[in-house]
Amino acid sequence: MAIYDTRRRRSKFYIGLCFASVAIGLGWLAIILGTLLFEGFRNISPAVFTQMTPPPGSEGGLKNAIIGSLIMTVLGVAIGTPLGMLAGTYMAEYGRHSKLTIVVRFINDILLSAPSIIVGLFIYEVMVVKMGHFSALAGAMALAVIVVPVVVRTTEDMLLLVPDPLREAASALGLPRAIVIGKVAYRAARAGLITGVLLAIARISGETAPLLFTALNNQFFSTNLNAPMSSLPAVIFQFALSPYKEWQQLAWTGALLITLAVLVLSVTARVLQMGKPGK
Amino acid sequence: MANHLAIDNAGPGSAEARLANALLGFKVRDKAFHVLTLAAAWTVLILLGGVVASLVAGSIPAIKAFGLNFLTTEAWNPVTEKFGAMAPVYGTIVTSIIAMAIAVPSALGIAIFLTELCPYALRRPVGIAIELLAGIPSIIYGIWGLFVLAPFLQEHVEPGVISLFANVPVLSDLFAGPPYGIGVLTAGVILAIMVLPIVASISRDVFETVPAVLKESAYAVGCTTWEVVRSVVIPYTRVGIIGGVMLGLGRALGETMAVTFVIGNAHKISPSLLSPGTTISATIANEFTEAVGDIYTSALITLGLILFVITFIILAISRYLLLRLHQREGL
Repeated sequence: MAIYDTRRRRSKFYIGLCFASVAIGLGWLAIILGTLLFEGFRNISPAVFTQMTPPPGSEGGLKNAIIGSLIMTVLGVAIGTPLGMLAGTYMAEYGRHSKLTIVVRFINDILLSAPSIIVGLFIYEVMVVKMGHFSALAGAMALAVIVVPVVVRTTEDMLLLVPDPLREAASALGLPRAIVIGKVAYRAARAGLITGVLLAIARISGETAPLLFTALNNQFFSTNLNAPMSSLPAVIFQFALSPYKEWQQLAWTGALLITLAVLVLSVTARVLQMGKPGK
Repeated sequence: MANHLAIDNAGPGSAEARLANALLGFKVRDKAFHVLTLAAAWTVLILLGGVVASLVAGSIPAIKAFGLNFLTTEAWNPVTEKFGAMAPVYGTIVTSIIAMAIAVPSALGIAIFLTELCPYALRRPVGIAIELLAGIPSIIYGIWGLFVLAPFLQEHVEPGVISLFANVPVLSDLFAGPPYGIGVLTAGVILAIMVLPIVASISRDVFETVPAVLKESAYAVGCTTWEVVRSVVIPYTRVGIIGGVMLGLGRALGETMAVTFVIGNAHKISPSLLSPGTTISATIANEFTEAVGDIYTSALITLGLILFVITFIILAISRYLLLRLHQREGL
């Protein structure tokens, strides 16, 4: 019986550790979100959305940064999504068992977790150096490069979840492959495909490293794609590390806006995916 | 012209001709779509190729100037244009080791909780919360680390640690010096918080592949919960766990913003974990836009190349291991 007691005690001990690690893991989430809400909402006001980023030592808002982030995110998604969807379509539909698919899947998974600062360096080399100056377009391209692997991955996964009998039924009617994909597979996987795009937006809306030396930053309002553009993450980076109280406050507010956007996007993506086959 | 005549000649059969045309259109469009998707798939490969090519091209001046000494030089002096990668490489590795040492055990604990211990109703909410934590952008961890974690460590943890280990031989060097708050240890802790949900959610997915019948058999011969985890779940999923850990490591090595805020950006190798240091990505993020001169820029790009090579290898191993697990699962 002594041995059994020891074993039970040991089991209790390790299980206790598991509970502790869950408490810690969720504790971090609570503390981080708590601080963010407290610091972010403390200073939120309409001015945040209507005024430009201020010079040091005075009040202001984040309008140019918010608009800049929106422009570059929309552009990045608009460029990256079609490419990613087409590649994912190839992998799930035309080349399901081809060697190319296996290689692309492997490389894509690596791109998915590759350091984003590397993407920044890549776009700097191929666009900023060639054009001779930083630009919003380069920033959007860097974001697009990050969007592609996310969309490729979800497109392939979601199309593979579509039952094959649907495709076979459509093919049996004599429809060519392209129409089977466009009218049947895409439609059946629509919620999943939208989820992929939402996740991609969530992923890039907080990306900072690839923007630092592509879109740079801009303390003024600009919609010129050929010139440096401000973005929320870049402003947070600059303001948080500054010694000015007003700037630090705005950095917190910006961080709150990004987090809320990311959480809303991820939760929406999850809700869309609920009740879908296989997920 | 001949074609038109042929169709016109068909006369009453013109419906047939229209059908033939439509079918031809279908065929062309189908082919076009096929080629388009194929091209997109190739573009993904070209993208990676482009990244490698541009990094290599950008680092040529620095490699020419320093050769292999670049890897073993600690100096980083923009004024005399002497650059070496040792301090950032050291910082990258040390912060990642600290992060993994903290994150992996707790991530496995969370995964065990979610698959073995958690009441069924709680599984989804807790799992989703962990995944949301994984989705928070790194700059948020950075700003939180800078304003909350670093001052906290500086005031409440580091002084205690320093005096605690002051007379212990090795540890007194590891935890020496004034408590700055920002430094290698703080960066490691922030990275641990970032990597934790990634490793936890992969481990959970991996643990879920263990067939219930194996676990039930172990319980039936009288194993305790811990013994089931220890002798059935973990051995069965070892490959997958290592894959998940490597994926987390790849993230930790390349993480930029969270580290840049709290590491202090000091180009030196200090034995103390409490002193400021730098990592590859933090160096690039901090200095790239201010870099003047070809050699300086090129040295930074070479750092990027080194980072890319390291993370590529780690991530490739990770994906290979996870792939192997999936293949076995499929059999």
